[in-house]
Amino acid sequence: MEPQNQPTRKHGLTTIDGALALIVILLIVQMWLLTATLESYLAGHHEVVLSAAIISGVLFLICAALYLFVIRIEAEERKAQRETSGFRETQNFH
Amino acid sequence: MKLFRRASKEPLWKDEFCINRADEQYVNRRQFTKFLVLTSLGMFAGNIWILMRSCFSKTPVYPEKNICRAKDVPVGGVWLFRYPTEKDACILIRPDEETYVAYSQKCTHLSCAVYYAPAKNRLECPCHEGYFSIKTGDVLQGPPPRPLPRVVLERRGDDLVAVRMEIQKEG
Repeated sequence: MEPQNQPTRKHGLTTIDGALALIVILLIVQMWLLTATLESYLAGHHEVVLSAAIISGVLFLICAALYLFVIRIEAEERKAQRETSGFRETQNFH
Repeated sequence: MKLFRRASKEPLWKDEFCINRADEQYVNRRQFTKFLVLTSLGMFAGNIWILMRSCFSKTPVYPEKNICRAKDVPVGGVWLFRYPTEKDACILIRPDEETYVAYSQKCTHLSCAVYYAPAKNRLECPCHEGYFSIKTGDVLQGPPPRPLPRVVLERRGDDLVAVRMEIQKEG
């Protein structure tokens, strides 16, 4: 483990963990929404079905956006790590 | 900006099975995130499926079916029959001389068969003690979330005829 990389890596991991926690919360809401919609549908309340589908779609899009965010953060952090370690290797070589 | 930016120019297998422990932490988190997002997609698909069913469900057509003769059912007695299909068990009750009511026999909680309790004049589900009103089919007590579907009866001469089912809304 390289001490110079630690702050950057920690920052990146914390950001990803935050996004992950948010996705988990959204997923719990989506699960509740699905069960509540099914219950209402079976009870004959068809008027709630469309709005529930729209909200569920929005929640999914937010989750997908957070996933793209995680990919981006990961790419940036790993790239930064590689550049740092590559720079150090070059210094050691000279 | 590219949406799916790869972490490096290494081959994919090298990227996913990294030697550095630090990189591995990123891969684990990314894969877990992907799993959660796919679960979210599944939830959305479930909602869409319900929406489709709601949009394209046809109004059911119920056949008329002769159940029994009115005098075959004693006061305080029941008559079991199947309506609208042979898979749907129903119960006909005669709580007093002139009243005949019929409901689906499936409890709206977990589909156990309900039975008539003449002493308390209500329908009872033995599985989780859900009680239903004889007059309306409404839930009196217990976990059932909805009233029992009602079979609409018509009296034609001495015969009792099931005409249709009425799914009652809660609340």
